[in-house]
Amino acid sequence: MTRFLLMRGLQSLVVLAVMSFVIYGLIGLMPGDPIDLMISSDPKMTAADAARLRTLYGLDIPLYERYWNWLLSALSGDLGYSRLFGQPVLDVLFPALRNSLMLLGTAFFMAVVIAIPLGTLAAAKPRSATDYSVNLLAFAGISIPSFWLALMLIMFFSVTLGWLPAGGIAPDGSSFLENLRFIVLPAITLTIVSIGSYSRYVRSSMLEVLRQDYIRTAKAKGASGRRIVWLHGLRNAMIPVVTILALDFGFLFSGALVTETIYSWPGMGKLIFDSVMGNDFNLALVALLFATAVTLLGNLLADLCYAWLDPRIVVGGDET
Amino acid sequence: MNTNKVRSNSPFLLAMRRFKRHKLAIASLALLLTMIAMVILAPLFEQLLGVDANHVDLFNQKSAPSAEHPFGTDELGRDVLVRLMYGGRISLFTGLIAALAAATIGTVVGLFAGYFGGRLDALLMRFTDSVIALPLLPLLIVLAAIDLNKLGLPASVVESEMVSFYRIIIIVALVGWTTVARLVRGATLSLKQREFVMAAEGVGASHMHIMFKHIFPNLISPIIVAVTLSVGNVILLESVLSFMGLGIQPPMPSWGNMLTNAQELIWDAPMLAVYPGLLIFVTVISFNFLGDGLQDAFDPKAEV
Repeated sequence: MTRFLLMRGLQSLVVLAVMSFVIYGLIGLMPGDPIDLMISSDPKMTAADAARLRTLYGLDIPLYERYWNWLLSALSGDLGYSRLFGQPVLDVLFPALRNSLMLLGTAFFMAVVIAIPLGTLAAAKPRSATDYSVNLLAFAGISIPSFWLALMLIMFFSVTLGWLPAGGIAPDGSSFLENLRFIVLPAITLTIVSIGSYSRYVRSSMLEVLRQDYIRTAKAKGASGRRIVWLHGLRNAMIPVVTILALDFGFLFSGALVTETIYSWPGMGKLIFDSVMGNDFNLALVALLFATAVTLLGNLLADLCYAWLDPRIVVGGDET
Repeated sequence: MNTNKVRSNSPFLLAMRRFKRHKLAIASLALLLTMIAMVILAPLFEQLLGVDANHVDLFNQKSAPSAEHPFGTDELGRDVLVRLMYGGRISLFTGLIAALAAATIGTVVGLFAGYFGGRLDALLMRFTDSVIALPLLPLLIVLAAIDLNKLGLPASVVESEMVSFYRIIIIVALVGWTTVARLVRGATLSLKQREFVMAAEGVGASHMHIMFKHIFPNLISPIIVAVTLSVGNVILLESVLSFMGLGIQPPMPSWGNMLTNAQELIWDAPMLAVYPGLLIFVTVISFNFLGDGLQDAFDPKAEV
């Protein structure tokens, strides 16, 4: 068990290290480079100046050497300045992270709270009208383009009805209600998009559990149908579901990029998009690596949950 | 009861019979075929209406539906209906081609991993796990934003009109192969133990021959299901990237890039923001229903 987790952790670290190099290389392939940006902002600069600057910033040395220098300074805590915000990268990153967690936490909570009963209801009576309706809803949730859903919600609730703001976040120190007004639409968007797949996980996991012998035993002992489904069934059905949810939380983190951008929610997703689009190399690099780390962590957590929740599972026995 | 001809029960016919019971899948298939016919016939509609998909008419912006423009015109005065058809061409074509490309990579990886096993399997599957564990959307954004000039591609390629189309297909194929790879590996592992594979080994068939002539044909139906289910996802990815200005580049229309300006449009011409998204939604959900129906038909054990 410990050995298995150590191996997985080690693998994640290797992936993170490889990705840091890949992302570093990719960022270098973005249109424009820092010196071009300086030239465009300073018309008096000559070609000789540009060449001198290139040497000064170390842009004339090979990629792997530049990467190595970046890595050394990053590991010593110096992640550089953000060009767009004119602040140290971490000072930009932390508030964005807080905003993202606020939005994702809300959406994730709502999606789980709605999807678990939906999936369970569907599985309790397979092929019933309830099952078909939940299935239809789930497919709709999986298939709707999140950015279009966001646009439609803005159109209806902000433009037509004028009830909610079309985007942005409440200024610091606003009341709870004011905060709520801003978070409602992005949170609903993310919730709708997630409910579909979550309720399908719950349904299929529940169907699997309801076939087990211990459910038959419970029936034989005379437990009511409702008690069997919601007590005996749900507890066991949650094991794979929790695993998938842990996995998904990592993905939700980067999947919120579109929603955050449309609603101008100043979270990690929007930060990644803005920094990539705005040639903010230092910020883009760190934000992307951070997103990668969180997703990898979600995966690791999923493995951990799986092993921890199900006493029957002995991971990393002999064959790994 | 007493039919005068013998009913054949080949696995394919059985699957077709099961598929026909899945009403939503049948309806989806019909809808998708209609849609494909419509987008193929786009030039015909263009002729009939007497409009040009790329004709800019600044005196006729965001006009209401009329006989000449059944769906009205967009912010540059172009006909919306015809642009939706041409956009559908790009979106559907991208979805199908990219899903097939991804499935091809996945099949090869999965076949090699499952067939040869051992270290190669461990290596390929750890690699697959790692790709699955990456944050997809941010990486897609970065890949889509790469400056192709810096990759050293010739200018004729970089400046060609189709480059954004090829780029999307390559990007999607690079990240989308993992599902098929896992699926094919799993199936190959069990097929490898079957008698017909041993027989082929016994008569001295080469590895390549066994993999592609004996094992691969048995994988076709699960691969078809996986591809159908992934077309919807690919169309979603394409639309997101194009919406954000990183996918298909205008003037070539795609359902995604027709929504790029939608955030301003929802104030004065909301229907322009509704149509393309609605089409994406209907197309994606149809592919998902179709895939679901095919899965039930080919693999009845998976459903209850």
